Amino acid sequence: MVEIKGIRTLLAENPFFERMSDDHLETMAGCGKLVHFKPGEFLLREGDEAVTFYLIRDGEVAVESDIPAAGPLSVARVGAGGITGYSWLFPPHRNGFDSIALTNVSALALDGECLRGKAEADHELGYQLMTRFAQVMLDRLQAARRQMLDVYANGRTTDAASG
Amino acid sequence: MRPHPFRVLDIAEEIPGCMTMRVAPDGAGGDAAFAPGQFYMVYVFGHGEVPISVSGDPVKSGELTFTVMAVGSVTQALCAVKPGAVIGLRGPFGSAWPVEAAKGRDVIVMAGGLGLAPLRPSIYRLLHDRNDYGDIALLYGTRQPDRIVFPQELADWRDEALIDVDVTVDTAGRDWPGKVGVVTELLKGRDVDPGRTSALICGPEIMMRFSAYALLDRGVAAENIHVSMERNMKCAVKMCGRCQYGPFFVCADGPVFAFDRVQRLFRTRDV
Repeated sequence: MVEIKGIRTLLAENPFFERMSDDHLETMAGCGKLVHFKPGEFLLREGDEAVTFYLIRDGEVAVESDIPAAGPLSVARVGAGGITGYSWLFPPHRNGFDSIALTNVSALALDGECLRGKAEADHELGYQLMTRFAQVMLDRLQAARRQMLDVYANGRTTDAASG
Repeated sequence: MRPHPFRVLDIAEEIPGCMTMRVAPDGAGGDAAFAPGQFYMVYVFGHGEVPISVSGDPVKSGELTFTVMAVGSVTQALCAVKPGAVIGLRGPFGSAWPVEAAKGRDVIVMAGGLGLAPLRPSIYRLLHDRNDYGDIALLYGTRQPDRIVFPQELADWRDEALIDVDVTVDTAGRDWPGKVGVVTELLKGRDVDPGRTSALICGPEIMMRFSAYALLDRGVAAENIHVSMERNMKCAVKMCGRCQYGPFFVCADGPVFAFDRVQRLFRTRDV
């Protein structure tokens, strides 16, 4: 009980859950736990079943993929207040990227299966969760599309013009 | 308008294919005074002429600094010059970053790739008059860590803590200690007071477009957002029409424009 109350407070402090009702925070707290990672430890592994997402409280996490013969390549970094792990939301519930701690990381781990069950039982909770995740995923999608455009490569050459 | 001779003092590789050189007037007639954001027409004898923005300190008298990416025959020849060589310069031309008008305000400088070069004189100017400004942030994005230009200065500026330097790359290895993502991500979570913020943006056009939109989303007025346009300038004196951009000639009406003047053109294809 002590830990659940602690988790609830930590959830309430995270901007991701801003304006979430006390009841919903209490419900979700039952699916969460506080976790810590050392540098080099994986929070999520590409290809693994996606059962968890993390709210980063402190530290730095790299979202990356290992490129054969080139090594791991970061496509995003997640710091305090950020989230890593979305694949628990939809089938096939499989992680698309690695998430690895670059520093000591403190995070709230939320059990996706537990949350899906609670959201199924309480559609208002499900709506609140989906609204928040949809916003984050929209931001990430737009950022990823801009990365795909390789915006620094096209156009500016000498700086004032061509030649 | 004939080019004046300038002698190359030194030249060094910035990143692969990109050189930074210092030049000084060789004899009478050359003028090394410029305003941040302006450009010169740089003549490589026997090869041709290209417009290059000044990337050095406007307060340093008697010399000019240019940062050039070798992309065509003229810039390849320019990047291959040796110290002591003589090149020709016409200028300075064009509009400047509104650093004077921004006094008393917060300033956000957003640079993409080599776009940091034309912005660097404005950063020097902001630092020279640091007390005249509110918060100053430099948000810089590029493709990978090894494509960062002026890395030592970025580190120095960060250490001096006179401006907030934030750098991000599109992709990086695990050893990169900074951020990963596009430059607009650096605005997220940043405290921006839109009523007192002026923004200077330089980079490829698509980067400037997304950056300007991100600033508009934060409430910064279009007239307080400035971009530096890049077109194929030839005469530099509004005569030949090569750099026409809608109703503007980039060589004389620009290259620095307030975003409200060009916002419509940014959304027009094939301009």
